[in-house]
Amino acid sequence: MSFQSILFERTEDSLKKETLAAPVFFVDLNLNQIIDAITIGKDEYDLKPFFNTPLNDIDAIKYRHEIMQDLENKTLFEHIKSFSQKMRIMREHIAKVEKLYYKYQKESWFLDAVEIYCDAITSLVHDLSLAELRSRGFLAFREYLANYANSDRFTSLLAETKELKADLSSVNYCLLIKGNSIKVRKYASEIDYSIDVEETFEKFKQGAVKDYRVEFSTWPDMNHVEAKVLDLVGQLYPDTFLNLDNYRAENGEYLDETMAVFDREIQFYLAYLEYVAKFKRAELKFCYPRISNEGKEVYNYEGFDLALANKLITQHNSSIVSNDFHLQDKERIFVVSGPNQGGKTTFARTFGQLHYLASLGCPVPGREAQLFLFDRLFTHFEKEENIKNLSGKLQDELIRIHAILNQATSNSIIIMNEIFTSTTLKDAVFLGKKVIEKIIQLDLLCVYVTFIDELASISEKTVSLVSTIVPENPALRTYKIVRRPADGLSYALSIAEKYQLTYDCLKERIK
Amino acid sequence: MKALLMYRDRDFDPQRKLPWNEQALIQDLELNTLFNAMALGEVFLFEMAKEAILGSLNDLDTIRYRQNILKDCLENPSIVRDIYAIAIESIEKEKKNYFGMFSKYPAAILHRSIDVLQMFVDMLKKLRTIADEHADEFKSEGFTIFFEMLKNELGDEYFTSVQNHLRELTFRDGVLISAELGKGNKGTHYILRKLQDKKQSWVERIFAKKPPAYTFSIADRDESGARALSELNERGINLVANALAQSTDHILSFFSMLRTELAFYVGCLNLHERLTQKGKPLSFPLPVTPGERSHSFSGLYDVCLALTLEHRIVGNDMHADDKDLVIITGANQGGKSTFLRSIGLSQLMMQCGMFVPAESFCANICDGLFTHYKREEDATMNSGKLDEELSRMSAIVDNLRSNSLVLFNESFAATNEREGSEIARQIICALLEKRIKVFFVTHSYEFAHGFHNQKRENAIFLRAERQTDGGRTFRLSEGEPSPTSYGEDLYNRIFKAAN
Repeated sequence: MSFQSILFERTEDSLKKETLAAPVFFVDLNLNQIIDAITIGKDEYDLKPFFNTPLNDIDAIKYRHEIMQDLENKTLFEHIKSFSQKMRIMREHIAKVEKLYYKYQKESWFLDAVEIYCDAITSLVHDLSLAELRSRGFLAFREYLANYANSDRFTSLLAETKELKADLSSVNYCLLIKGNSIKVRKYASEIDYSIDVEETFEKFKQGAVKDYRVEFSTWPDMNHVEAKVLDLVGQLYPDTFLNLDNYRAENGEYLDETMAVFDREIQFYLAYLEYVAKFKRAELKFCYPRISNEGKEVYNYEGFDLALANKLITQHNSSIVSNDFHLQDKERIFVVSGPNQGGKTTFARTFGQLHYLASLGCPVPGREAQLFLFDRLFTHFEKEENIKNLSGKLQDELIRIHAILNQATSNSIIIMNEIFTSTTLKDAVFLGKKVIEKIIQLDLLCVYVTFIDELASISEKTVSLVSTIVPENPALRTYKIVRRPADGLSYALSIAEKYQLTYDCLKERIK
Repeated sequence: MKALLMYRDRDFDPQRKLPWNEQALIQDLELNTLFNAMALGEVFLFEMAKEAILGSLNDLDTIRYRQNILKDCLENPSIVRDIYAIAIESIEKEKKNYFGMFSKYPAAILHRSIDVLQMFVDMLKKLRTIADEHADEFKSEGFTIFFEMLKNELGDEYFTSVQNHLRELTFRDGVLISAELGKGNKGTHYILRKLQDKKQSWVERIFAKKPPAYTFSIADRDESGARALSELNERGINLVANALAQSTDHILSFFSMLRTELAFYVGCLNLHERLTQKGKPLSFPLPVTPGERSHSFSGLYDVCLALTLEHRIVGNDMHADDKDLVIITGANQGGKSTFLRSIGLSQLMMQCGMFVPAESFCANICDGLFTHYKREEDATMNSGKLDEELSRMSAIVDNLRSNSLVLFNESFAATNEREGSEIARQIICALLEKRIKVFFVTHSYEFAHGFHNQKRENAIFLRAERQTDGGRTFRLSEGEPSPTSYGEDLYNRIFKAAN
């Protein structure tokens, strides 16, 4: 099968239409921060459409896993990186050609662009020939590349380029400036006068002294005097400069389209792996999740919120808490309760991030994972802005939840965070129960963050998780989320323990 | 070209790190008095005196090398001061010709360098003249080589070739620059080339094969063209301007080094003149190797005291060869501290190649001089004071090596006598075993007596003398430690004076 794209094995899978709009849940899950961080400094590749589009086919995900795994080989990674770097410099050269004014300059920059391109191609052919590749994507690409590099089109381009470069570098001329006239002729082995002067004063040399060389501007442009000199040099070396004219005219279409596309698409992998490397240095783990689209048993060990971890690593360098979860048999819904600021929202986001990143074909945070290939992902996070109008807010919430429940299928994922805080406890319990019953009916995967303990044990499909604290110091957050019945007491109990006032303690103490 | 007047084979480096205990030495030995006498108000002389004296030499050879040069200086003070003046004049004239705002233009750098070089050439010629006229009057190895070098390196022929360069660098025949094509076909690797001599005959010129050449001119009104042309010109002469400017820097650093190295000797001349005026004896010491133990002198006095006091100062004699430990006891204000200071000062003066304040002096070189003096501050908190003293001692121990010399002045007295003397005893015994030479001024009878009872071969005991009427001679003489410290005398005198 011939090579199409490093992102999609089959042409029909490729993006029908590249859209810049991120899915609506990006903000709630902080995925926008994650994708921004991944694509920062890579605007020229326009990578966001790739990150905004989840895959819905397990094989398409595997195709990317294989490529990603090949690229985890440091050597291959660096080789691809160096290829992209060259392609980038080539593009900069072409952009420069457009901006320059004088013909011989344009031609020279164009020649350099092509030379860099040729080097990028030949180096990549060599590097890939030594690489141990396993992915379908890379194997097909290597074959394509080898054929291209052997084609007449490329080999003649390469030969012509080399010859012309050699000719130009052998040009050596002299200027005699006197008054306001310049004489231009070939160099005739006159001696270097600076060396002569240095030798005269050699005997006084005392070790390092200041460097008096003046830095001259190195802008690529020429002024008209330089251009005039260059024209005269052209007359001194007429054949070379004629070849240069012809070269530019004949090689306008030097760039291979498939290579150009590859250069863009491979950035998806490079960008993600570079981002991941940062966390691996902090000894956080990543894994390739098993993806299922049938069974809803999911698990992840030592996962973490990527957006939060990124902040902690870059800004505070503090340690990052990872969490485990698993759903088995009939379990579908995590009901997360417990003390505030205990990592409940973070846990919910992590669950969503893991599934979304998995759907892109990327490795995910964690030691080992099995995740579900969802058809749609919904989030409902409390909106802060409408706090004045409580009844209005409750109404808004219900409208949004209704919309979600209408669209969701049994293959969707819903992440709900602290809903119904804008009403009385009695209302909240009532509404919460109604919503969770709907979700149970849909049999979909859900994380439901709430302060209402009653929801935790409503069905065999729900799993109760609570955020925890350090018994000795209740003010300190562990950010650990554990499977435990929600009794609403864990926080108070641990404070009691600290003061030896629990039931058990008091039994011991009171004799 | 190097002056080589401080070391036979290398430059004197005034940036060199001084011993870590520089401050303690200056304070305890009152070195600033000595530096000031050498500097006569000149900051530079002060600094160089300080560098030379604190940067002790450890080899006999260099000490003798400097001693001989210093003897030449004492014989020919005015010639040495003339050379020093030439160095200073060159440095100051160079400083006046500053770059200003044009230092970004090679043409300006070149122009300035030509001016400065012209001035330097005149100064170098003056030096040459002194060498021609007076070299015979100097006998030391250092000066002989120095004058030889001036004669050899700065011959007439050399001056002519420099003049030729300075003339050619005004480029009356135009600037010839070679270049290659760089990025984007822009000219690069601009190198100034020497124009061929025009000495061909007219016949040769007519029949010589002319290579193709194209000429164009910048129109008179083309200002940006003129700027572009001058930039090309600047690029061309960039390297040669650099070479020339660096050469002026090198010659400047020759003069600077000459000034630096002569500064020490000029300082010695100043001190010598001052002390001779006062009728004080000075002599060149006889250093022996660090491994030996020698400390014999006559008429040794405290040079700092001599510089500040008008009245007569008592010199001391001592014969302490093969001794590692000198313990000084005796009357308060009997001259113990002055004596200890004169030991430190004479050691430093000897080890920088200077004369010493004595009629005769012979001592072994020490590998590091350390002072541990009682400090007056923090008198209220005795425990803190002992703590401070021991921490200073610990810092000294970190730097000690065998053949170091340590001067103790009433150390470890910040506690009761028994404890203090036990601390001191343990420290001193250890130092002696490590072949470290020790001078110890103490009030502690317990400590001094204890060492006296050991009957060590390598220890000697000095006592501040006391005349029968209770007056002091300020002389020290050999003698067993005595149990009281004449505090009574002091008390009586002070109270008598008060009444």
